[in-house]
Amino acid sequence: MDLFNAIIQILDSTIRLSVPLLLACLAGLYSERAGVFDIGLEGKMLVGAFAGAAAASVFHSALIGLGMAILISVAFAMIHGFASITHRGNQIVSGVAINFIAAGSTIMLGQAWFQQGGRTPALAPGERFEAITWPGADALREVPILGPIYAELISGHSILVYIAFLMVPFTWWVLFRTRFGLRLRAVGENPAAVDTAGISVAWLRYRALICTGVLTGIAGAYLSMVQNGGFVKDMTAGKGYIALAALIFAKWKPVNAMFACLLFGFLDALSIRLQGTPLPVIGKVPVQFMQALPYVLTVILLAGFIGKAIPPRAGGVPYVKER
Amino acid sequence: MSTPYAKLPAWADYGLIPLINLAVAFIVAGFVVMLVGENPFRAAVILVEGAFGKGTGIAFTLFYATTFIFSGLSVAVAAHCGLFNIGGEGQGYIAGLGIGIVSLAFDSVLPWWLTFPIAIIAAAAMGALWALIPAYLQAKRGSHIVITTIMFNFIAASVMVYALVGFLKPPSSMAPQTRTFLDGAQLPKLNWVIELFGAKIRSAPLNISFLLALVMAFLVWLLIWRTRLGYEMRTYGHSPKAARYAGISETRIIIIAMMISGALAGMMALNPTMGDQHNVALDFVSGAGFVGIAVALMGRLHPVGIVLAAILFGMLYQGGAELAFEMPAISRDMIVIIQGLVILFAGALEHMFRPYVQALFASISPRTVGMEAAKGKGA
Repeated sequence: MDLFNAIIQILDSTIRLSVPLLLACLAGLYSERAGVFDIGLEGKMLVGAFAGAAAASVFHSALIGLGMAILISVAFAMIHGFASITHRGNQIVSGVAINFIAAGSTIMLGQAWFQQGGRTPALAPGERFEAITWPGADALREVPILGPIYAELISGHSILVYIAFLMVPFTWWVLFRTRFGLRLRAVGENPAAVDTAGISVAWLRYRALICTGVLTGIAGAYLSMVQNGGFVKDMTAGKGYIALAALIFAKWKPVNAMFACLLFGFLDALSIRLQGTPLPVIGKVPVQFMQALPYVLTVILLAGFIGKAIPPRAGGVPYVKER
Repeated sequence: MSTPYAKLPAWADYGLIPLINLAVAFIVAGFVVMLVGENPFRAAVILVEGAFGKGTGIAFTLFYATTFIFSGLSVAVAAHCGLFNIGGEGQGYIAGLGIGIVSLAFDSVLPWWLTFPIAIIAAAAMGALWALIPAYLQAKRGSHIVITTIMFNFIAASVMVYALVGFLKPPSSMAPQTRTFLDGAQLPKLNWVIELFGAKIRSAPLNISFLLALVMAFLVWLLIWRTRLGYEMRTYGHSPKAARYAGISETRIIIIAMMISGALAGMMALNPTMGDQHNVALDFVSGAGFVGIAVALMGRLHPVGIVLAAILFGMLYQGGAELAFEMPAISRDMIVIIQGLVILFAGALEHMFRPYVQALFASISPRTVGMEAAKGKGA
């Protein structure tokens, strides 16, 4: 029973840890499917986290916080669009710039506005998203096997967690069952064809980046308003890059993205859990090994040793209209 | 390759446009300073005075610049070959492993002038090795070099934590860093050079690796513009197809360019470790690898430009420290914002002002734009 409880706990923290990855990964999915590389996911999450926590603590409302997180994150996505779509700048360079500006400005504005060393004030209960207890969760907790699964894994998360997982089928539906999705995928594979059909490549890519901004905003809000009761500097800690890795791992597909993020979240949960405890057979696994595993797996995948990850064909190339 | 932009006279292309971009970046940074309620002009004065006002300030500026010259050159060499090496951070960090092992092994037996060359080789080799795998994967298996080098940054961070905690730190110590190097692995200071000009210096870490950086800048210039290899690299960077038709081996050129780039990134680790702290500590690179991107873009991938841009960023680092001291509302993170803005305006938005400059040139004298274009192509 102890083992079962341990597994439930690890799975529970897997869900919690994979939510920001999943949101950021789906965010990257929209922009990369539209042919815009985005290594600025990290920075957009960070400004989202900061804006969310700052607005929530100033206006005493979690919803205003979430709205602000999305707004600022979309604004940063638009900077990326302005540079890489309108001015055909290098998308990687633009992403790097966004990460820098986000890292610097969140700390500096945080320090200037709240004087807590780059933190935002700790959020009071009404200012963050609370866990939702599903009907009957407490009553069923004692039921063996199914009880803990229902009470711990399914119930007891905040609304953002459910939104994140609902975004998976929603994204699939948008990309593969709507006209917008078809065009979005087309613009990532062959923008000239889309242009010939009389559809604006730039406007389509901008819309894809708005989707990216909304999702990274929610991801940031989750970090600062659910996982942590306030903003802490550099709190994304490379999650944007892991999301990017997960996106490649998922071969740019929404459902795969969920599994990739759950896998990376699971590795994270496991490494926290196993810190210092020796395993049977293998002995003590260094924490660093577990931490590096998502990156190593992604490199191996990219090398084509486990299947082949083929990115959208027009990814990273600014579109120049023929004259 | 067809670009949507016509040519400008060389001095405008390499002087005017970067200056405009830089000026815009600083104006935007000025707005950020205003946003936190300080006076941007006073901030600029404090920054420049902090960096160049006193001998110590100049020495610190050049000390920071040393690291950025290496990382800027590293980005530039790869960029000439059309590769975006975003992994300088990891390559420099992992080079600390080589430096640590060499210094710990030899600092008690050899004088510094023997340890230093060995450490240079170790650092360059580790950096090159760390770039080799992404390069090989790009060349042979087509995996995107940007993604693999990012991944290798994180893997390097894990490896270094493991190495520092596992075997590099003395067993008795808790801090994840090596013991302090003895005299045999401490680089001599260069402060006396500045003192020759009459300035007084109170303990600044400017050291001999600054000279190494300048030598490397010269060698990179030699490599890129005066050797066959450099020509091949530029050809591949300009048009992989043309390079293939010319019989240049894609695999070979990618791997060589990335290994040189990695070696340069590795050498940047010499300055903070053997030159300043006299140990290898956790996170000693602290973002210098990423600053290299800004430096290379700002310097337009030319060694002279890179040295100048590195000094500019060194000034920002040193002046920024003074600024944070003088103006409490501004923290050192202001530098990070400025870096981001420089990368944005000098890199991603480098063409934003070009049409206006072109229109200006065309209206003043249509011939400069047209005539120089023909000449510019030959250069």
